[in-house]
Amino acid sequence: MSEPITDFTTAVPFWKPRVTPVELDKASEEQLDAMKVTPSDTGVGEYVLVLAHDPKTLKERTPLFNGIIYSHGGLSRTETELGAVAASLVNRCIYCAAVHSNRYNQLSKDETVIEGIFDSGENADLDPRQQAIYNFATKLSQCPPEADGADIKQLTDAGLGMDEIFDLVLTASLFGWANRLMHVLGDPIPREA
Amino acid sequence: MDDIFKSVVVEAAGISANHPLASVLAGRDEVMQLTQAAHDAALKPEPPGGLSHGERAALACRMARLNDEATLARHYEAMIPEGSEPLFMADPAFIGGDDNRAKAILRHTDLVTTNPKQASESDVSTLKAVGILEPDIVRLSELIAFVGYQVRAVKGLRLMAAAT
Repeated sequence: MSEPITDFTTAVPFWKPRVTPVELDKASEEQLDAMKVTPSDTGVGEYVLVLAHDPKTLKERTPLFNGIIYSHGGLSRTETELGAVAASLVNRCIYCAAVHSNRYNQLSKDETVIEGIFDSGENADLDPRQQAIYNFATKLSQCPPEADGADIKQLTDAGLGMDEIFDLVLTASLFGWANRLMHVLGDPIPREA
Repeated sequence: MDDIFKSVVVEAAGISANHPLASVLAGRDEVMQLTQAAHDAALKPEPPGGLSHGERAALACRMARLNDEATLARHYEAMIPEGSEPLFMADPAFIGGDDNRAKAILRHTDLVTTNPKQASESDVSTLKAVGILEPDIVRLSELIAFVGYQVRAVKGLRLMAAAT
């Protein structure tokens, strides 16, 4: 098995669990329900099988995740992905950063933003709206969170409405959750060894 | 349907149903409902597995304190059974005494809460080495991760409210 990836990348790695995943054919009714597994469905990923050890939180987490990332209205999908990338960089979740920077590039059809962020972080050359989003998500992701009223003003000055800011808050917060699972419970491994 | 203005996150942020932001929150009603459901699943699951409800509340209180989140810390402190063992765990200065299980849980909770980027393979093996079962490692991870979400949602909403 190849070594875990340690540098940020837009190429989505494999995720190798550090905890033994639940075996699908031994899963309880509650675990199957939390994984939303139908009898014909065998394509359940290792990550979900690891989280199935705690079916009660998994059952709520999946629709919560989808409700924040894929909801209509509010912050655009592209800008949601930028918030997810910012949080994942703070928490150094290589896997999440890869998935969401890759999606950002697909949606925006512009690879320069992620390249700039990977290379220069907060000094990347971003437009005012991207800068405000990246800055707020980065600061909210610190422990304790460092975002303040001036960061909200930067967002409103850049033209974001409160509904968009709320979605950004939820997105950055959600990756405070997702990163703490993916980065802690498994390793990112290159797909082509 | 439950009232999202009585949920832990919205109450901790100090936003009531007649606040100017109420309609913005109502636009994400399902997300806020699920946020409350996730709170209950992480803090009060039945059966609780290898992490008691008291320990969960104490760890959540500890994490809220590590995030300077006093309102959530008070909420979680009130959920710890009075005079119980887990009460000690809520104090970030307590690192487990001579109890190896408590030491490992507190060390892991503090690391993943304050500095998740430093977490590595050895941190999971340390939990296994003191006899914590894999399902309980996942339960602990979800609790830590949920509070990581919750403190930021509260902080962000409070900043939005202050700017409205």
